[in-house]
Amino acid sequence: MIIAFIQRAIMQGIPLLFGSTGEIITEKSGNLNLGIPGVMYVGGICGVIGSFMYEQKATRFVPFLAVLIPLLCCLLGSLVMGLIYSVLTATLRANQNVTGLALTTFGVGFGNFFGGSLIKLVKSDMPSVVLTRTSNCFKATLPFADKLGAVGKLLFSYSALAYFAVIIALITAYLFKHTRVGLHLRAVGENPATADAAGISVTRYKYLATIIGSMIAGLGGLYYVMDYANGVWSNDGFGDRGWLAIALVIFAIWKPDFGIIGSFLFGGLFIVHNYIPNLTMSDQEIFKMTPYVVTILVLVFVSLRNRRENQPPASLGLPYFREER
Amino acid sequence: MAKTEKQKQEPLFHIVKRIIGIPTWQAWLIRIASVAAALLVCAVVTVMLTGENPLNVYKTMIEGAIGTERRIWNLMQNVAMLLCVSLAVTPAFRMRFWNIGAEGQVLIGGLATASCMILLGNRLPTPLLFVVMFAASLIAGAVWGLIPAFFKAQWNTNETLFTLMMNYIAIQIVSYFSYIWSNPKGSGAIGVINLNTQVGWLPTIGSQKYLLNILVVAALTVFMFIYLRFSKHGYEIAVVGESENTARYIGINVRRVIIRTMLFSGALCGLAGLLLVSGTDHTISRATAGGRGFTAIMVSWLAKFNPLYMILTSFILVFLQKGASEISTQFGLNDAFSEIITGIIIFFIIGSEFFINYSIRFRESKKGVQAK
Repeated sequence: MIIAFIQRAIMQGIPLLFGSTGEIITEKSGNLNLGIPGVMYVGGICGVIGSFMYEQKATRFVPFLAVLIPLLCCLLGSLVMGLIYSVLTATLRANQNVTGLALTTFGVGFGNFFGGSLIKLVKSDMPSVVLTRTSNCFKATLPFADKLGAVGKLLFSYSALAYFAVIIALITAYLFKHTRVGLHLRAVGENPATADAAGISVTRYKYLATIIGSMIAGLGGLYYVMDYANGVWSNDGFGDRGWLAIALVIFAIWKPDFGIIGSFLFGGLFIVHNYIPNLTMSDQEIFKMTPYVVTILVLVFVSLRNRRENQPPASLGLPYFREER
Repeated sequence: MAKTEKQKQEPLFHIVKRIIGIPTWQAWLIRIASVAAALLVCAVVTVMLTGENPLNVYKTMIEGAIGTERRIWNLMQNVAMLLCVSLAVTPAFRMRFWNIGAEGQVLIGGLATASCMILLGNRLPTPLLFVVMFAASLIAGAVWGLIPAFFKAQWNTNETLFTLMMNYIAIQIVSYFSYIWSNPKGSGAIGVINLNTQVGWLPTIGSQKYLLNILVVAALTVFMFIYLRFSKHGYEIAVVGESENTARYIGINVRRVIIRTMLFSGALCGLAGLLLVSGTDHTISRATAGGRGFTAIMVSWLAKFNPLYMILTSFILVFLQKGASEISTQFGLNDAFSEIITGIIIFFIIGSEFFINYSIRFRESKKGVQAK
């Protein structure tokens, strides 16, 4: 049972990991993108739309295309979301909080709208959006996982996208620490004026970080629909996971490699109430509160300790205007 | 993107902040143009999705929002509620304290009201019950606002993220009590509280059950306008918002202002919770605040934190929501359509602020070819 719990916790954690890695990259450039929940919805629904079309139209079902098409649709959708945010905040210097919240409103609405109306819009005769065939392609696991017992279940039983999430997080952590690009990105987030003076294009970094961050976060939505939910889209099914991903950024103190552990932990906290016997319905609700409480504790603790390397990027949430120094 | 610099050449254009600002009529012209452009985009989207004639779509929208007397009252009630939350968050925003926890503050205020109605409903005489309800909701909201404010003032903890997390704690607490007090038992929802006795329901004026709410919010709007514009508190808030160092220099106790303002802001959110629970729904659920805490931020910001403009901005947003939801019912689409429309409109309006605050200067070409 413990193995099953850990396995479920990791599966719960993967969308959060995508979301938080994306948001960390974005925040490192000084952009506090509160639109991540919306971006993740859009990523999920764009993947659904793509694969729905494919399943409807394709005469011959090719697994490779069945994975590729939703993937590209998802990336494209979240790219557009990131682009909207960047244009408004980096170029037009709009307030980041307001833009982010508007993006969330828009994105969640977009997801629920197309999720709810997709069948009617394409005049299909399917009763609901169920993409079992595509989902099975996404869920393909390593063939030898079952034979290895507990180890196999814990380490090798996940789909490719899950490993991809971990790999992205590790690569991001490496980029931040050991490469010039990462250094420049951090400089932009800490003090854009200094970065600008050093010849780094602040606008370009902000754009790229936000867009790439959005695309990674969008994958979280795709993973949720295709793998966790078995290809079944249900409105508001994704729930508050987007906000939880933002919470995870704080929990991981802006370090993507911490985010991996954190996401599994959050995933566990998210479902732990199912595994404690004799819990009443009301007590379960209290348990669902724990990830947020833990996040607040971390936030407070980090500001109490006041250690330099654990702080949020110094210019987080502030617009940068070159001529206003 | 805007600054593609070429070697040894002046960039094609650069962006200058308007120091004097442009005349008010021009600023409004830009805003109206942006709304018009947004409506155009929305119309294109709607027509693409429904295949209807755009004029029909607009007609449906207007009818959905103000088609019948009941709908007009409903619209006014929703505007009042959104406006109430927007007013509540405004003092904090003027101080540049990004309180995005209004959703939680409203919910916790509502929960305090609901608990008074449930637990004390039959024990206290009605006037006393109202006093207790009122006090409980204000205190609950204020406490929910105080916690992040205290940490911000003391240790500069990031308030945006803190208040955001507080929302979900409030939501879970409400869920918890929804099970504890669920009616019928085990349904996980608190039905209408005191359905038969109507104890703890705000009184109705005449035959209009929402009129009292609307009047309260109207009074609050005037009060907030005066508070921010003419009171010493309002002045201190503005100074702290402009520059904390200046505030300290002229002897303002920044910590005290932060905590006091958030107490006030949270208490008003609690009041909004009271109006929603006791004056409107007569019940509470996770969805009682209904995203107003987030929408209120946009309302307040779009109105430049001016309470009187907020009447307009909250009206526009609610009108669009009601209109768009009518479109979705009429054409059998999902009602999340209104959120898409709201999103598009807000993108355009916040984008247009750039053209009000900044001007674009093009490079003056040596050949004398003037760019526009």
